Amino acid sequence: MTHTLGRPDFDLIAGWIEPGHRVLDLGCGDGTLLRHLIDQRGVQGVGVEIDDDNVLAAIRNGINVIQGNLERGLDEFADQAFDHVVLSRTLQTVRHTEGILAEMLRVGREAVVSFPNFAYWKNLRSVLDGRMPVSEDLPYQWYDSPNVRFFTLLDFEALCDKMGLIIRERSVLDEEGNPVTNEVNFLGSLAVYRLTQNR
Amino acid sequence: MPGYSVGAVESQRAHFDQPLHLRSGGILPAYDLVYETYGTLNAAKSNAILVCHALSGHHHIAGHYRDQPDNIGWWDNIVGPGRPLDTDRYFIVGLNNLGGCHGSTGPSSINPATGKPWGASFPIIAVNDWVHAQARLADRLGIDSWAAVMGGSLGGMQALRWSITYPERVRNAIVIAAAPKLSAQNIAFNDVARQAILTDPDFHGGNYYEHDTRPVRGLRLARMLGHITYLSDDQMGEKFGRELRNSAFSFGFDVEFEVESYLRYQGDKFAGYFDANTYLLMTKALDYFDPSREDDGNLTATMARTKANFLIASFTTDWRFTPARSKEIVAALLATGRNVSYAEIDLNFGHDSFLMEDAHYHGIVDAYLRNIKL
Repeated sequence: MTHTLGRPDFDLIAGWIEPGHRVLDLGCGDGTLLRHLIDQRGVQGVGVEIDDDNVLAAIRNGINVIQGNLERGLDEFADQAFDHVVLSRTLQTVRHTEGILAEMLRVGREAVVSFPNFAYWKNLRSVLDGRMPVSEDLPYQWYDSPNVRFFTLLDFEALCDKMGLIIRERSVLDEEGNPVTNEVNFLGSLAVYRLTQNR
Repeated sequence: MPGYSVGAVESQRAHFDQPLHLRSGGILPAYDLVYETYGTLNAAKSNAILVCHALSGHHHIAGHYRDQPDNIGWWDNIVGPGRPLDTDRYFIVGLNNLGGCHGSTGPSSINPATGKPWGASFPIIAVNDWVHAQARLADRLGIDSWAAVMGGSLGGMQALRWSITYPERVRNAIVIAAAPKLSAQNIAFNDVARQAILTDPDFHGGNYYEHDTRPVRGLRLARMLGHITYLSDDQMGEKFGRELRNSAFSFGFDVEFEVESYLRYQGDKFAGYFDANTYLLMTKALDYFDPSREDDGNLTATMARTKANFLIASFTTDWRFTPARSKEIVAALLATGRNVSYAEIDLNFGHDSFLMEDAHYHGIVDAYLRNIKL
């Protein structure tokens, strides 16, 4: 399966976003997703990024990018300023997990979150073999990983339940980016969720 | 250094006869502005960038004068072919602001009504007055709208003010190391600087020109104080530490630590050429700056009047105008839905970082400018 943006979760996220919507991409990297959403779907986009090189690349990409640290919250953004707030493959790198999820739904109507599933069978097999997993969606060695939280689909859904977040939609992908529909917590390598808050 | 210098440049003078009504209620019946331009204005007159200067700056931004090869512009490292303000692409305009002491009409100029220097009678100038005067220079040059207005510190505040006062005439505003208004601490530093000048016996109520003297001591102290606030603690520590000029303590009040020597030298140099009345005016312009006053302090409402796209940049070690101050501008712009990017640049030179040459910092400005529509 080919993915136009090189990232299967990007294709999914793009499919969920309506033309003209206001999108905030947290940890936007070089702005690839926002560039695509702006060009293809006419969204109004803003990214947040901490890394100097990525900020430079995003500006070069013509993206509105705000340099900042997600761990410190999203103070510069007003309540409900966005239709979608995207956090793609970044939640596992954030210490203040509940804080960032709450902030996302403060500044946005909907949160779109993707993360690697630690319970993916290859990851489990690796752990059973005595080694931390290294895979397409967990591509780091334990000693150089930016990831600080390791969790599964079931863990995440339990947290959503605890926080009163409503899961509007969920897509689960295998390592090749193909959709997984059965035994998702075991067969899925990457999960993408749409969340809203009870109001 | 990537890119090239613009080489030899010449300054020009424009005279304006139309009176300028000032924020303070005063009127300047006529005035001169000195300015420099680099690069070529294109046929559509759409490639012009105005660079506004900070407290002690002037119109000589880049290059050197043919007869003064060592007199290099104050922001030369960012202007020239292949540099972020690429003169192969943009037409760059720099001017000396009203009230200045580098050739534009200011307190040391002769008041035609009296035949004597303006001195204390020169009216207080606000940032918005500068912007109106700059707009007239733009008219004179045939520039309807600037591709960008940019500046650092007080220069950044002018860029911000431009975007509010003339939303149709600014397509991009690049606001570096600035703040939406001064804090109490900022004003306090400015007032100490002013007190140093005002209490100098050679100040003569601002009319020192007639007494053939200058308040050099006060101006020197003002600059020494200001200079401390432009640098970071780390940088001063690295540059001077507790180094002594001689190896042992001398147990006296003569210059002893290297940092004292440096500050005194900077103070002497500045006091040797800068006009004390201009210094007073510039610091008051800073203190009064607060565009949100027009909207009862609601900066978002103020920024909602703008139409430009914005690049806001701050420096991690700047404690005069901290990143948090720039973020106030960013938050207001985000709330209005303006296009804005914000870079928080990790440079060790405090407030003065905006003048430094740094690949990442200049890369940000370059990348932003390369995407603007001309």
